[in-house]
Amino acid sequence: MSARPVLEAQHRAGAAAAALVLALTLGTLAAVALRAEAPAALGMADWAAVRFTVTQAVLSATLSCLLAIPVARALARRRFPGRGLLVTLLGAPFILPVIVAVLGLLAVFGRAGLVSQGLAFLGLPPVDIYGLHGVVLAHVFFNLPLATRLILQGWLAIPSERFRLAATLGLGPAEIARILERPMLRDALPGAFAVIFLVCLTSFAVALTLGGGPRATTVELAIYQAFTYEFDLGRAALLALVQVALTLLAALFALRAAVPAAMGAGLDRAVERWDAGTAGLRALDTGLLAAVSLFLLLPLGAVAAAGAASLAGLPASVWLATLRSLAVALGSAGLTLMLALPIALLVERLRGRAGSALVEGIGYLTVAASPLVMGTGLFILLFPLADPAALALPVTATVNAAMTLPFALRALIPALREAEASYGRLADSLGIEGGARLRLLILPRLRRALGFSAGIAAAFSMGDLGVIALFANPEIATLPLQLYRLMAAYRMDDALGAALVLMAASLALFWVFDRGGRVNAPA
Amino acid sequence: MLRLEGVEVRLGEFRLTADLAVSRGALCAVIGPSGSGKSTLLNTIAGFLAPEAGRVTWGDADLTDLAPGARPVSVIFQDQNLFPHLTVAENVGLGLRPTLNLSADDRAQVEAALGRVGLAGLGQRRPAALSGGQQSRVALARMLLMARPVVLLDEPFSALGPALKAEMLDLVAELARETGATCLIITHEPGDARRIASHVILVDDGRAAPPVETAALFADPPEALRRYLG
Repeated sequence: MSARPVLEAQHRAGAAAAALVLALTLGTLAAVALRAEAPAALGMADWAAVRFTVTQAVLSATLSCLLAIPVARALARRRFPGRGLLVTLLGAPFILPVIVAVLGLLAVFGRAGLVSQGLAFLGLPPVDIYGLHGVVLAHVFFNLPLATRLILQGWLAIPSERFRLAATLGLGPAEIARILERPMLRDALPGAFAVIFLVCLTSFAVALTLGGGPRATTVELAIYQAFTYEFDLGRAALLALVQVALTLLAALFALRAAVPAAMGAGLDRAVERWDAGTAGLRALDTGLLAAVSLFLLLPLGAVAAAGAASLAGLPASVWLATLRSLAVALGSAGLTLMLALPIALLVERLRGRAGSALVEGIGYLTVAASPLVMGTGLFILLFPLADPAALALPVTATVNAAMTLPFALRALIPALREAEASYGRLADSLGIEGGARLRLLILPRLRRALGFSAGIAAAFSMGDLGVIALFANPEIATLPLQLYRLMAAYRMDDALGAALVLMAASLALFWVFDRGGRVNAPA
Repeated sequence: MLRLEGVEVRLGEFRLTADLAVSRGALCAVIGPSGSGKSTLLNTIAGFLAPEAGRVTWGDADLTDLAPGARPVSVIFQDQNLFPHLTVAENVGLGLRPTLNLSADDRAQVEAALGRVGLAGLGQRRPAALSGGQQSRVALARMLLMARPVVLLDEPFSALGPALKAEMLDLVAELARETGATCLIITHEPGDARRIASHVILVDDGRAAPPVETAALFADPPEALRRYLG
């Protein structure tokens, strides 16, 4: 629109970042495809893995969404002390390492867990958490809070005037549900379902720990097994293609369903309601919120309580692994910003032109990528060049950065658009261009979004148990991998201690970065 | 002399034509009904909009293809004139150096400009810590330092109360006289034009008319102005 000179350097940086993302997604996929055998090689076990993957993802997404509706409704229409804390708690599983949550769920629902102990007290047999229902339970643990937050956003997006109007018309809960709430849910639910379905499709660590065996193996897990147990690269590659086909289908569906943003702001508002004051509804909401709080807090509390006792006696290998994981987390956070910021800048520069949507689309490509496919591809590419084990940590940081990219862009692009819309003309009229524009306008206005992005990148990669399992040998384990090995060796005390360290490190990393973006940040 | 020669700007369905000249040092009010194209006119001179036809010149220089920051023009917007994350002194300093690498001499100039607009000693504050009137003064201090010969003001004080607005308009007129700048200021209030403007550009129905002396215009308003005044 203006005759502003084209900023070649920024263009190039954005194009280079987009090219790297393409190489990491399509490039690794091509590397895998070249190694794959003909489709006839898919065996019975492989088809079982496909069926299991889809079944558990459908079940997990359906249960998470259905349970989230009444919980979100309760949060939307009740005001009570600690409500803000509960909303924050609902954000925690998003950045919680999977392996920590699995350990916590084992402590509550496992053979020797709290629930089984209670059943034994009543003379009943213990529950068995392994298998489909265990995998679904863990997925609901992670995604019920996510679904609740997404649906709560929908509830709070209904203007409060509508509820006031409904009250003056004397509408009761049933009429309000029909006139106001169900239309909102029709808009919000498909997006929430699609996101969770996609997340569960690429589930690896949960299946690795709570699934396994011929009847509870996801495709991601099958890739890992083909790779590590049988070292059958061709079969791993073939499964990788199946995985990509699955996620692509789901991602296309998700795109149609308008995926909601992860960085939900303004959830601290409760809508004034006049229809939900009856004692029965109050008791229902109170019970629901208490149950969800317990469901989230008990496993984490169990890890914290049991882990604290064994902290002092943790072997040195755990602390070494912690240092390695911290290095991976910081590297991944830095890399995420180095990819996301140039891409966001390029998307904004090209706004209004076809290239903008293309670059943005490339940035979101990793939504449909599976980390194990990316890892397998990188392994195939790097195997002839270098010892893959030596590259395990950089590859882990890189793959995690790529997987975080869509979340980072989700936060950065709107913030950048807002900064340019509000202050772009002022900066133009003052001739603030290039590096000075970055330093004086963009970075200060993007602080919150940058802090949030770095925070989730660091937390994700701190807790990642995925790619690292493909590459690492015992000498260079990250903390999640070390923790998994302790579990596999039935050293549960040490495992719980390591889980506490991992949980604390992940939450602290997120907090430090996210906080850093907010402190002293002017409105 | 600032000239718009056969300028045509298109914004979707909307079209503005302008064929006019503003003499050096004039303080020109731009008035007209909302939606008539007042902001479009200023945005074209500032370089935020590229005309489809015609050219914008200042003296011998053709500005038509220059970027906003490269034009001999400073702009004061209706709002968002200050970066909220920078201090008052930094906001003013941007008028001297867009990179904000300020020398000791530059800093002294910033302090002097702040003193001139009555904000001495407030340089280290953030804009949010100032009143609306003070924020306008910061923008005027920066305009002083930029020392560009053309100053465009797009309803800059519409958020201020009547007394404060009158005070700011007088300050603009004073600064314009001191610096010899050519000013175009958009306003809704005919009173504002009468108070400070030597000339008035009437924008109506997609056409910006050449400037007319203020007193003469209001003594014998053309049809379009009569309609606007009601």
